[in-house]
Amino acid sequence: MITGKTIAMNAEKKQSSIAFVIGASSVGTLIEWYDFYIFGMLATILSKQFFPAEAGTAALLSTLAIFAAGFIVRPFGALVFGRLGDLIGRKHTFLLTLVIMGGSTFAIGLVPSYNTIGWAAPIIVLILRLLQGLALGGEYGGAATYVAEHAPAGQRGFWTSWIQTTATLGLFLALGVIILIRSNQGVEKFSAEWGGWRYPFWISILLVGVSVLIRMRMSESPMFSKLKSEGKTSVNPLKESFGHKGNFKMVLLALFGAVMGQGVVWYTGQFYAQSFIETVCKIDFIQSRNIMLVAILMATPCFVLFGWLSDKVGRKWIMLLGMLLAILTYRPIYKEFISITAANNRTQIVDYRLTKAGPLMPLVDAKDKHKMYIRQVIDTVYLDGSHFKYTTTDTLIGYNELGVNRPINLINPTLIKYKSPKPNVVIEKTMGKSATWDMIWLIFIQIVYVTMVYGPIAAFLVEMFPTKIRYTSMSLPYHIGNGVFGGLVPFLGTLIVEFTKTSTNPGGDVLAGLWYPIGVASVCLMIGAIYLTNKLDKNVMD
Amino acid sequence: MNRIKKILGYVWMLLAPAIICFLMYEAYVKIGNAKPAEKANTILQWVIILVIFMPISIGFFIFGKYAAANEYAHLPETSDELND
Repeated sequence: MITGKTIAMNAEKKQSSIAFVIGASSVGTLIEWYDFYIFGMLATILSKQFFPAEAGTAALLSTLAIFAAGFIVRPFGALVFGRLGDLIGRKHTFLLTLVIMGGSTFAIGLVPSYNTIGWAAPIIVLILRLLQGLALGGEYGGAATYVAEHAPAGQRGFWTSWIQTTATLGLFLALGVIILIRSNQGVEKFSAEWGGWRYPFWISILLVGVSVLIRMRMSESPMFSKLKSEGKTSVNPLKESFGHKGNFKMVLLALFGAVMGQGVVWYTGQFYAQSFIETVCKIDFIQSRNIMLVAILMATPCFVLFGWLSDKVGRKWIMLLGMLLAILTYRPIYKEFISITAANNRTQIVDYRLTKAGPLMPLVDAKDKHKMYIRQVIDTVYLDGSHFKYTTTDTLIGYNELGVNRPINLINPTLIKYKSPKPNVVIEKTMGKSATWDMIWLIFIQIVYVTMVYGPIAAFLVEMFPTKIRYTSMSLPYHIGNGVFGGLVPFLGTLIVEFTKTSTNPGGDVLAGLWYPIGVASVCLMIGAIYLTNKLDKNVMD
Repeated sequence: MNRIKKILGYVWMLLAPAIICFLMYEAYVKIGNAKPAEKANTILQWVIILVIFMPISIGFFIFGKYAAANEYAHLPETSDELND
């Protein structure tokens, strides 16, 4: 006889089994995101390690292009591993993607620099980055499908939203590990050829090992097992996903009506924002990452909140509202970043500022003894606790070798053939408490938009496609939207700003890069609002 | 609503080739204006952009074609409806 106690025990057992499914899937997915993001977080250092020193911005753009290449191949990973997942099962497929991701990440940490092996360095890094992208392309769809196929009807948004937190938490972990190592080692050691920047890549192998052990204990998705036992699995998932008009038109609708907008909002809030406050606002390396860390931590519970809410009110309008808010507020938010960090806007404190100019420090170039750099550090401390450090460097070229380093007043001016007309100025700002919190709130708002568009999307995609081709069908639009449209936000944003640079405005329009995410999100919003339905699919067993 | 979906379908069909033309024009101008030292990098960047966005624009055109044919007037509610 079935008693109330038995029912309660069964419900409790079911709940703990879902919790294990979520935990085991999430840990692996989180680690894959961590692996994928440390590359982007270290782009500035990687560009110096794997490209010629004189390449400058071109090296950074090339590194961002390699970073973007990892995103671009994600749809191919979705096709390869999605097909595999629909043929042999979810569990074994995402075990394989985890191993590929961990191996290639670890290997990036072992590649010698451009100075040691020349152009082979960026080529090897590119190949490894492509492997990372392929693995991630197979991972996410598998994890989301796996969790959704375990989740009870009516709670799919809530349970899959835990998987959605992993992308952000992976970024959080990547930031945390990098900050920890750099704070312990200092800039010099961290940035050296075999310095601390390699450790986050090496740590990956340990994390992946643990995650593989956890995932080995997982069982196959119940829906896929049922299909398999009935002999109803797809024979050719690719053909069924994209060869049948009925399914293909839904793949296109998912991409253009939901995922492409979600992708650009995600990458603007979590990547472009960080790059902007570091390269445009000139916030110090550690502080810019700390700002991101706090904002991410504060906003992460909203993934679960919006996932849960989507079970009650539907997925569509939550996602589209997130896009609309992003479109309307991106430019004001980024203008505010500039205003908060500008020296000339600090009227309330400018009269009290304390400026200390350090000594002039001449330094002869290590390779070319004709060249000498005169460096000076000017520290400006403001009453609100903000601290702006200006490092100016003048370049001198002598007729003959300028000899050993010596005080500037001992260099005979007649020996100088060339002096740079303007010093090169590097600014590093550490903001005071109040300005730091202002920046945290601005990032927080953007990450809340991310949680609105991203929290419900796994459940939304799972409900769009049938079980036997779900892995393949949902993975492709997801990875085109996120990998291509989203992944290109930093690269295209930087490129658009470059295009606005003219001889009269050498700095260009620093907000111009935002037109790309705003434009893509606007088209997506329009398509989503008109073509998508808000109806929840109660039965994903079919 | 179905009428709007249909009309917008034609807009997407026009927008897709317009995006391709715009990107090709920009690539031509930007590569042409690049300084010799930046030429290789500029070509690489635009090749990446064109290779990625051309197939997506074709997909967008097909989406527009389906919309114009009123394929999205009713969205499938069961998996059986997807297998037509």
